Amino acid sequence: MLELASTHGVIPGETGLEDSPLAIRGLTVSYGQKPAVFSVDMTVQPGAMTAIIGPNGAGKSTLLKAALGIVKPLSGQVQVYGKSLNEQRGRIAYVPQRASVDWDFPTRVIDVVLMGLYRQLGLLGRIRGQHKQRATRCLDRVGMRDFADRQIGQLSGGQQQRVFLARALAQDADLYLLDEPFAGVDAATEKAIIGVLKSLREEGKTVVVVHHDLATVTEYFDNVFLINTRKVAEGPVAEAFTADTLQATYGGRLATAQVDQLARALG
Amino acid sequence: MIGDALSLQLGYNATLVAIGATLLGIAAGVTGTFLFLRKRALVSDAISHATLPGVCLAFIIMVALGGDGRNLVGLLAGSAVSAWIGLLCLSWLTRNTRLAEDAAIGSVLSVFFGLGIVLLTVIQTMGSGRQAGLEGFLLGSTAGMLWSDAMVIAIGGAVTLALILLLRRPMTLVAFDPEYAAARGLQVDRVDLAMMGLVMAVTVVGLKIVGLILIVALLIIPPVTARFWTERSDRVVLLAGLIGGFSGYVGAALSASAPNLPTGPIIVLVGFTCFAISLFLAPNRGVLAAVLRHLRFQRRVHLRQGLLALAQAQPIYEKLTLRLLRRAGFARADGVATETGRARAAKALRDEKRWEVVRADQSHEAAAALYDGLRDIETVLTRDQIADVDARIGGPQGVSA
Repeated sequence: MLELASTHGVIPGETGLEDSPLAIRGLTVSYGQKPAVFSVDMTVQPGAMTAIIGPNGAGKSTLLKAALGIVKPLSGQVQVYGKSLNEQRGRIAYVPQRASVDWDFPTRVIDVVLMGLYRQLGLLGRIRGQHKQRATRCLDRVGMRDFADRQIGQLSGGQQQRVFLARALAQDADLYLLDEPFAGVDAATEKAIIGVLKSLREEGKTVVVVHHDLATVTEYFDNVFLINTRKVAEGPVAEAFTADTLQATYGGRLATAQVDQLARALG
Repeated sequence: MIGDALSLQLGYNATLVAIGATLLGIAAGVTGTFLFLRKRALVSDAISHATLPGVCLAFIIMVALGGDGRNLVGLLAGSAVSAWIGLLCLSWLTRNTRLAEDAAIGSVLSVFFGLGIVLLTVIQTMGSGRQAGLEGFLLGSTAGMLWSDAMVIAIGGAVTLALILLLRRPMTLVAFDPEYAAARGLQVDRVDLAMMGLVMAVTVVGLKIVGLILIVALLIIPPVTARFWTERSDRVVLLAGLIGGFSGYVGAALSASAPNLPTGPIIVLVGFTCFAISLFLAPNRGVLAAVLRHLRFQRRVHLRQGLLALAQAQPIYEKLTLRLLRRAGFARADGVATETGRARAAKALRDEKRWEVVRADQSHEAAAALYDGLRDIETVLTRDQIADVDARIGGPQGVSA
């Protein structure tokens, strides 16, 4: 079956790929015998905001985790700015789903953000004033400065999400990968997060977001990547986010009325 | 007698044991904290039970080579090897089979311990085995502790602590958020294995004093106790070290103060006492604090409900509500409102109406999120905002805010 892979999982001498913040070729990831992501190619455009969209269980998060080496792919290749993932770790910031950690962990908000400075601090480096200032600035950017000394268990879901984003900001990376940052957060948090992401784009950074809310795609993003185990469509929102591609991605899971509505919203 | 023991006046052996137990307690408490934060405390139980076959095999080999089977360094080396094998079995089972970690722990623990007991029985029947005293490794035996034994514990503990200082950041990161740690390029499996290796080192070092069955208590009780007192992981580590050291010292001294008191179990009981005290008395996380918090909350609810009932001239049947109103001077014994009571009741009712407006208004979203039916509105809104809300309600003005 692997013949289906357009490139056989090898990144050949494609031109322009060294500019792509994240290029994936022939990626297959499987938990057990059923592939969650099958032979997927993806080329993220620099300096843009890209949404990864698809139904539940379509492999959106898995694609992101495989790109980061958190889960091991069965096959395929990942390049970050034209080099291997491990050479470019310092340029990537990851914001996991907030449900993935235990929020009763004994730590304060500022300590979580300081985890973003893990590479700068090294194994034995002391946390100094400059590190704390940087962490506080990142908290300020997401509107959480006043919460710096709170225990993380006291935060609401939206606040937890913003702390995770602040931790990623502290890394000062070039490529930001976020896994469902808008899932179950309040309106104020959604506004704060999208504001920060847009300011990152203005700084020339690249943002990739696993996204579930089809209604906000056109408003928030430049590019989309539609996936349902296999890649369905990829490209600028105007071209790749259409009634046809959505129908192909969601199949019967998206009511026809919903598709029509979205199509009308898209003009 | 206890005073003598605590000031190390009970002779050479008791002093050695007390120093050794203190060092062991510190190392175990600090190491155990990372295990506890990673939510894998029970792995230490599997590791400790897996030491037994190694101890026995080391004895048999040393005797076969014509040496003294009781050489502590040799026995500990043997225990480390078999504990490491047990650990590898455990992580292989969890990673490559569908077995959950608890089942894997149970399997490894029982099989290795069973094998160890069989070997122990074999040794009993060997010529030189009768006086081996290997059973001492089960629950610890400190009676014949030597200077060299204490040195083994001191060096082992110091090396463990140094390694923890080096690995504390990766271990904390992996414990809190393993996916993020992996995304940063940390080898989560290796960090975990290093942590288990440190636990194994503490276990091996502690075999002589507390024994393999109870070492798990010394690894787990101090961090659990420390967690009651602080919300910061670095402080949990420090406190756990202190509590572990304290338990080791006091436990060793107590057991030396009277004949036939086993050292290891007494140390564990001292640790448990610290735990029990923390469980009840710790602020915030303690049981007593939780009960008081609940009672205070209940009173606030009753008082609020009582005031609202007074404002609407409804009868109050709840005895607690009546008592609280009376004590606050808001009502007389027969349930009729006093002067201040009437004023406060009117204010409470007015606040309810104000909250209604605030909660219906999208522009007050942040304030509305704080609504719990108990809060005075002036703690949430400014004077001007309240005046604005009042203007919208209409009706009698000038109710004091």
